[in-house]
Amino acid sequence: MADQTNGPDSGKGGFLSDLFAPVGGFGVTFATMFRKVETEEYPEEKRPTQPRYHGRHQLNRHPDGLEKCVGCELCAWACPADAIFVEGADNTADARFSPGERYGRVYQINYLRCIFCGLCIEACPTRALTMTNFYELADDNRADLIFTKEQLLAPLLEGMLPPPHPMVDGMEERDYYQGKVTSSTPEQEAWVRAREDEPQDGLAPTGDPVIGVDTVADGRQATRDTTEAVRR
Amino acid sequence: MGIEEKLPAGFVLTTLEQAAGYMRKSSIWPATFGLACCAIEMMAVGTPDYDIARFGMERFSATPRQADLMIVAGRVSQKMAPVVRQVYDQMPNPKWVISMGVCASSGGMFNNYAIVQGVDHIVPVDVYLPGCPPRPEMLLNAILELHQQVQHSKLGVNRVAAARAAEAAALRATPTHEMKGLLA
Repeated sequence: MADQTNGPDSGKGGFLSDLFAPVGGFGVTFATMFRKVETEEYPEEKRPTQPRYHGRHQLNRHPDGLEKCVGCELCAWACPADAIFVEGADNTADARFSPGERYGRVYQINYLRCIFCGLCIEACPTRALTMTNFYELADDNRADLIFTKEQLLAPLLEGMLPPPHPMVDGMEERDYYQGKVTSSTPEQEAWVRAREDEPQDGLAPTGDPVIGVDTVADGRQATRDTTEAVRR
Repeated sequence: MGIEEKLPAGFVLTTLEQAAGYMRKSSIWPATFGLACCAIEMMAVGTPDYDIARFGMERFSATPRQADLMIVAGRVSQKMAPVVRQVYDQMPNPKWVISMGVCASSGGMFNNYAIVQGVDHIVPVDVYLPGCPPRPEMLLNAILELHQQVQHSKLGVNRVAAARAAEAAALRATPTHEMKGLLA
């Protein structure tokens, strides 16, 4: 009964707390200004993806620069969305793009079909196809989102030569997969030099391996670190 | 509509375009238009973790009449197609469309009779966003891509000229239903 006579407003609080009670809630807002920001500041600070994130694909190379893709089309067969188009062709003595018999002459991935499930990566027998952590793929038309072989091929790293060029002397296809080839040889370099000026037929990637959509300047290319991460 | 219609093409109009573009791009209101699983990621973009309000998209508008941007998030079924078009028609100009996810962009893995093979069969799409579903950062990236387009959009006589050029280009281009191979 005594409580009722006092009422909820009178009593405990003094004059000051009564005065500031209506704006007391703003204290929460004010204090928040000094707290750590939990929001991801996306374009400026990108939160790194998980290491095995399913991002844009990459066509890997052997350590001497030859392509790993053998044009078997297993990725295209595995793809549940029919997003991959591969057309193989025979390697010849004059134009060798991969060790062994065949290479992928045309390689296209339609990123407006691809669901990034990774079944193509599981299907690939040579680990030619892997995924990077790159995900910024938005574009304003459909045609540009079909990535071609030049865009998908991994950049040439140290010791790699742009195909076509012959295999390392004395090595055969099997040796490439057993890791016996660690770098390109002077013979290969001489071979490439000798044919540098000739117009090349087919899809020979030259100095800049990623022409078109993704350039380093735009910050839109998978970084070398991510490329290293997916290389096995 | 306003003063920009009266201005001749030139320095004043381009300055006005830049100012209008800046204001438009920093206050785009998206319409709530989730159709499938992509909508979950779209909602995630609204959470404090990604906070779409950083880009002036303070809220998802529940009515198309107060929206500038339609984010088509998810597969568009044949039955939903007229609804998508109606929502688009009810939005006031200027308006933009982001096709979020592979299903909205091209039908994705659902290449069958029930799904529209790309929402661009129904409405004009400004930004295509791959992914199944795209992570919230990818949607933010698409929004930034759209900001570029909005910033460079035209007004008045320049807009008329740009629309004429776009239409001429569209008439020259292969219609979507005649595209072959991976573009279909």
